[in-house]
Amino acid sequence: MDTHAALYQRCKTRLDQLQKLQPRQSVTLEDKLIKSGITRREFMTWSASVTALLALPLPFSSLVAEAAELADRVPLIWLHMAECTGCSESLIRTDTPNLDSLIFDHISLEYHETLMAASGWQAEENLEHALEAYKGNYLLAVEGAIPTANNGAFLTVGCKGHTGMHIVKEAAKGAAAIISVGTCAAFGGVQAASPNPTGAKGVQDVIDKPVINLGGCPPSEKNIVGTLMYFIMFGKLPALDMFNRPKWAYGARVHDNCERRGRFDAGEFVETFGDQAAKDGYCLYKVGCKGPYTYNNCPTERFNHHTSWPVLAGHGCIGCSEPNFWDDMADFEKPLGRQLLHGIDATADTIGAVILGATVVGIGAHAVTSLFAKPLEE
Amino acid sequence: MSKRVVIDPITRIEGHLRVEVEVDENNVIQKAWSSSTLWRGIEVILKGRTPMDVGLIVQRICGVCTYSHYRCGTEAVENALGVKIPLNAKYLRSLMQTSLYMHDHIVHFYHLHGLDWVDVVSALSADPALAAQEANKYTANPIAAGEGDLRATQERVKGLVDTGKLGPFANAYWGNRTYRFTPEQNLIALSHYLKALEVQRVAAEMLAIFGGKSPHPQSLVVGGVTAVRDMLSPARLQEWKQKHAIVHDFIIRAYKADIVMAAAAFGTEPSVLGGVNVKNFMATNDFVLADGKYMFDQGVIMNGDLAGVSDIDPNAIKEDVTHSWYDASAPQHPYEGTTIPNYTGFVERDTVYGKLPTVDGDGKYSWVKSPRYQGEPVEVGPLASLLVSYARGNEVVVNSVNDLLSATGLPIGALFTTLGRTAARMLQTVIVAEEGLKTFDAMLVNLQSDESTYVTPEIDPQREYEGHSMIEAPRGMLSHWIRIKGGKIENYQAIVPTTWNAGPVDKDGKVGPYEASLIGLELEDPTKPLEVIRIIHSFDPCMACAVHVMDYKGNDLGEFRIDPNGF
Repeated sequence: MDTHAALYQRCKTRLDQLQKLQPRQSVTLEDKLIKSGITRREFMTWSASVTALLALPLPFSSLVAEAAELADRVPLIWLHMAECTGCSESLIRTDTPNLDSLIFDHISLEYHETLMAASGWQAEENLEHALEAYKGNYLLAVEGAIPTANNGAFLTVGCKGHTGMHIVKEAAKGAAAIISVGTCAAFGGVQAASPNPTGAKGVQDVIDKPVINLGGCPPSEKNIVGTLMYFIMFGKLPALDMFNRPKWAYGARVHDNCERRGRFDAGEFVETFGDQAAKDGYCLYKVGCKGPYTYNNCPTERFNHHTSWPVLAGHGCIGCSEPNFWDDMADFEKPLGRQLLHGIDATADTIGAVILGATVVGIGAHAVTSLFAKPLEE
Repeated sequence: MSKRVVIDPITRIEGHLRVEVEVDENNVIQKAWSSSTLWRGIEVILKGRTPMDVGLIVQRICGVCTYSHYRCGTEAVENALGVKIPLNAKYLRSLMQTSLYMHDHIVHFYHLHGLDWVDVVSALSADPALAAQEANKYTANPIAAGEGDLRATQERVKGLVDTGKLGPFANAYWGNRTYRFTPEQNLIALSHYLKALEVQRVAAEMLAIFGGKSPHPQSLVVGGVTAVRDMLSPARLQEWKQKHAIVHDFIIRAYKADIVMAAAAFGTEPSVLGGVNVKNFMATNDFVLADGKYMFDQGVIMNGDLAGVSDIDPNAIKEDVTHSWYDASAPQHPYEGTTIPNYTGFVERDTVYGKLPTVDGDGKYSWVKSPRYQGEPVEVGPLASLLVSYARGNEVVVNSVNDLLSATGLPIGALFTTLGRTAARMLQTVIVAEEGLKTFDAMLVNLQSDESTYVTPEIDPQREYEGHSMIEAPRGMLSHWIRIKGGKIENYQAIVPTTWNAGPVDKDGKVGPYEASLIGLELEDPTKPLEVIRIIHSFDPCMACAVHVMDYKGNDLGEFRIDPNGF
């Protein structure tokens, strides 16, 4: 793994290379920011927050700033497959300060069906042009699963009637990096849930190149933009976990950083959604929270400009950034009990861990939690 | 000689939509075909799961009107189980829907539909000082339309154009003569396009305050809502109200003003004056104002007869699949519906772009079914909702519609147009934003004496249950229907707004709203069919919703009794 010093050096080298490329715009970033009402100071604050988000030391923030200025050298092609557009909706909500304007001005967004002005034949031309003109250099983001049953005929796109499977394979060939945005593109998502009638698969299962998976239904805007920023800065994939998710975002369990964790440790649980414990912010494990099995930064980064996240709104985590969660984590309002999912550490230092530990013995989670919780309450 | 025009992908929508038209030697559209090209199968996936998970799963039908399916699915289960949720939960759900509408309609008009009205290239030749004066004609205090704002917008976009690399603006139909704004008007709208990117984020935060996140909020459960801490927090309530004020301000000072401006500028443009050839409309009542009181009324209007509005009869709904990629022998009520995929692909033929695979209009050509009401195609959506409420004499709606007509000098007949559809969406946003505050106040008052937000639902595994819910999604009337057996989902159906509007021709040759809206339209240049896109976008297509669909194995779904008083 890179040390920070090596990373810093790598980033410098990468940015020097980008610096030598022909800029897309003649006006400097600073001038442009001033014109669009963003001060240099605000911009540096934003860079610092991205740096923190990526779990990098503060000295990197000047590189983040530099990278944002050079970002327009990196063309972005965004494809829609079998999806609900929730990930694009998440993307357009990027915050801190005016990031949407930064994307408009600085990433070269070559193809994105929800945002682009061109339609039909002309839209398809844009895609073909971008794939050819930026071969080897573009970033490919895919939203949605790839239907593979019936030779992929459950999805066709464009005047030429190509299947989604065909388009993704073609686009993957010349991509510098491929990002599967959201659980559908990463792992198949909701359409791949049993019985998966369309044979939906994640991008990594239909192509033979490395893919960065951004689990989440949808992933937060910060995880999408942070990943784009990482690639722009370092020109390579970030450190990934066993499901190819960036460790900087998916390195800790939701449970680890949950604001209700203290309640869990104290054995204080919401029993039904409307009870006094719900009003007091007790732990949601017994009404189905899957935070102990889920890796994501939701508790620390939250969603929508830090406004909230499901557990703050009183609903348990449903595990949406994990592979196959629609089948593995259901029922969503009942405790799962400890199961042999990946990475559940056998920590026994809390009452909560005892609950999780007890269920692995094979007793139903529901029964055990009630059995256990009762003496505590009495 | 007739020519075939293929438009795929229709961009700036949710999902995957293909439209083909055939034009005569004068470039007038003779025939049109609307085809959805993605099938996902979510209703199949629901079978055998717990009804408690319905809302979370059906929500993934759509990430745009994300909350609509969440609420509709949850309420269908509540209807089946006979659960009466607390008043606070009703109010909060209505408030969340208010937030969604304020977000969704702004994004639709500016980011999805806007570039059909606004010529970005033309805006570059505008005089910002004149444009600032122009903006004052449509509202006393325009937003993001001072001379400085407009100059900054112009220079920003100019920077993009000078590089010859337009990014998301590349290769569009700029310069088409059906763009009718002056350069100054284009610049105003372009400035609002950029400002709306900021404002929509605030609107999404409104939904996230009580929903945990947006898209895909997570605070509804069968039996009520979970965001009780947020509801009881004065800080959170204030946060919602403050964001509401920011978004409301934009709706009045930009969105409403721009529609009035568009009505004046596009008043003689055929692709804006036509576009409603199916004059049947349906909407349901929605937005709880107080216990038992709704903001919008339910009903059906046939043949544009505003004097003859009638109640919805759910038994009159049937779906036809003659030209959809499914097999069935006859039109079926959704509860008796089968869905057996039968993909027949495309047919190669000459088009304006050369030889291409095209839809087989004589055979099957879409993953969307064709719902019919009493055998007739029906349009749903904000226009339908406003027309139904207008016909019912709903005071707020009547005043609001009349005010717009007098501000624009247009007759009532102007509502039955592409412009009417687009203006109705704006009026609905204004009404929802303003009337929604009554719901907010009602909730605050109720919370003083009643903090309940949830009742525990009971399922008896020995019993069979059936139920449905009808709500108004931002794109129109949405209904979900469920049957529960052995404590599990036995069957699930959703009939969504875009299915009503986008379905293919039926067995009797009756065409649906999308296809009908295009007939008779003259295209300036068939290789650059901006007019088609403008009309289709005015419906706000949402294709993932339309093809969520259904009973894959073609099981017999048996009989289903509908109780219109069930909730």
